[in-house]
Amino acid sequence: MRQFFVFARKEFYHIFRDKRTLLILFGMPIVQIVLFGFAITNEIKNAEIAVLDQSRDYYSNRLVQQLQAGSYFKIDQELQSHQAIEAAFKEGRIKMVVVIPPKFGESFFHLHKAQVQLLADAGDPNTATTLINYARAIIGNYQQELNGPQSMPLTINTTVRMQYNPALKSVFLFVPGVMTLILLLVSAMMTSITIAREKELGTMEILLVSPLPPAMIVTGKVVPYIVLSFINALVILGMGIWLFGMPIKGSIVLLLLECALFVLTSLGLGILISTVTDKQQTAMMASMMGLLMPTVLLSGFIFPVESMPLPLRLLSNIMPAKWFIIILKDIMLKGSGLREVWPQSLVLCGMTLLFVTISIRKFKIRLS
Amino acid sequence: MKTPIVVQDVHKSFGKVKALHDISFTVNEGELFGLIGPDGAGKSTLFRILTTLLLADKGQATVNGLDVVKDYKAIRKIVGYMPGRFSLYQDLTVQENLDFFATIFNTTVAANYELIEEIYVQIAPFKDRPAGKLSGGMKQKLALCCALVHKPVVLFLDEPTTGVDPVSRKEFWEMLQRLRKKGIAILVSTPYMDEAMLCDRVALIQNGSLLEIDTPQHIIAQNNKPMWAVRAKRMYPLIQDLRSFPETESCYAFGEYLHLTLKHGEADLDKLHAYLQPKGHEEFSMHPIQAGIEDCFMELMKSEKV
Repeated sequence: MRQFFVFARKEFYHIFRDKRTLLILFGMPIVQIVLFGFAITNEIKNAEIAVLDQSRDYYSNRLVQQLQAGSYFKIDQELQSHQAIEAAFKEGRIKMVVVIPPKFGESFFHLHKAQVQLLADAGDPNTATTLINYARAIIGNYQQELNGPQSMPLTINTTVRMQYNPALKSVFLFVPGVMTLILLLVSAMMTSITIAREKELGTMEILLVSPLPPAMIVTGKVVPYIVLSFINALVILGMGIWLFGMPIKGSIVLLLLECALFVLTSLGLGILISTVTDKQQTAMMASMMGLLMPTVLLSGFIFPVESMPLPLRLLSNIMPAKWFIIILKDIMLKGSGLREVWPQSLVLCGMTLLFVTISIRKFKIRLS
Repeated sequence: MKTPIVVQDVHKSFGKVKALHDISFTVNEGELFGLIGPDGAGKSTLFRILTTLLLADKGQATVNGLDVVKDYKAIRKIVGYMPGRFSLYQDLTVQENLDFFATIFNTTVAANYELIEEIYVQIAPFKDRPAGKLSGGMKQKLALCCALVHKPVVLFLDEPTTGVDPVSRKEFWEMLQRLRKKGIAILVSTPYMDEAMLCDRVALIQNGSLLEIDTPQHIIAQNNKPMWAVRAKRMYPLIQDLRSFPETESCYAFGEYLHLTLKHGEADLDKLHAYLQPKGHEEFSMHPIQAGIEDCFMELMKSEKV
């Protein structure tokens, strides 16, 4: 036991004396979550638009005011002619142009039909679609307002409620995603690197020629990273809650337990990588290529798994991250308990067991 | 007490490269056994087989009566191993390294302090310095301390003096002499032939084969050809001339002299003088010397190559 304690302490010395390791351990999570939370977002806020109001009557003015009222649009310029539209788009700042034809109010009340043209810069199709949808909703509201309480004889009223994330905050998607990514990276990459380092520097040679059982070498190296990864998980959760207003609707104990489980899965993966690599560089590349890329692409973190072709959907099942993201979202946003997330948890348990078993079988008690 | 090291017919190949070929020797209790050979001769491979890190293709080896394959766990408890490359934690201080290695061998620095005391006092002034910032000699002393801290029965030192300054090398060997007196069997390898004289017995290894195993004194005594130390103002033309002299058997540069042996010994001396006379070497001097261990090794290695 004392051996184990001293071994783990040695590992902490390595971590705290290496600024690079420290930076990756604690700097990266914070930078990433801030980056994903604030900078990379698919919400629309203060999108700059231009208006070509050809009727300039009371009703068109009010429509323009309504568009500006929310925090979605900001009117950057008022155009005077159709020719100016092209030029305005080419400037690059403007994402959408609203064209109100002449006699807007008149046609609305007399012809019962008025037209508004929306031109969006579809160079970025996602943004364009979102902008058009927002604008449509605002125009629709305006229409109802003009109609007054009297309603049309037959209508289907759709009432929409965005369940679990009424404000459609993208942070709700990113916090679980980033948390998964960071835990996976820190745990898997750092452990595989640290074990590969012992091999590269030749210290593994001395450790092997000592009474230490291999299991002790590995656990001694891994336990410090379990502790640090868990602290990381807490930091990310804390930032998610207090900085981005993430709710935790489910049990926090269950959430932390699931985090611990995922940390173990990632560590298992890291140990597995380290058993097949001898160099820190290789271990890092293997973790980056083998973990980071597939995790980002296939876990449902950025691209929805449901819309992928079948082979990729099947492939996504072997990503531990996919299951953990589901668990996180369920617990945090839906308030699910163990009864709902047990299948995913079981998958993670199984993966952990598999990784550790393979690692133990592959661990070399000799040099070759 | 069992024989510390017994090696029998050990073979080892890496792919097509024969790293070790038919190696057999024994190291007796309290013996300082030197393995002398150039880089790539197979010294480290042999060390790794004996420290249970590699498996031999053929042949047996025992350390303190324990088989290196079957009883590898037991061997790992009783040997001290210092690999050829500096293999301590560079970011840990001297003290931390020592404590760490003591602990993983289930002991403490204090328990076996008398064994390492002599060495430790030399590095003690730097005990709070990271091991990576020590000088080459200090690093090796620390590594020796770490290999000794659990009072091993057999000590394996793979090129402990490579890259170490001459003074530290001398000190290091003095320590080994004292350890030997405490009854620890030591297998040490070195590429420096002059260190062979400090061993009880030496084995010369080249291209994976052992050439000769004997005490250094015997090796010198066997090679009793007359030898001369020759020098002149300009050495390069001299070595050229001597090598093209038909009766020259060998001619090597050794420090500031050339060591020369002749095919018929002293009988050729007059012929040599007659040969060199017209070449007009300035400040020419020549005197007979006793062949050293290095000359003997050069001789042995040369005969093996032919």
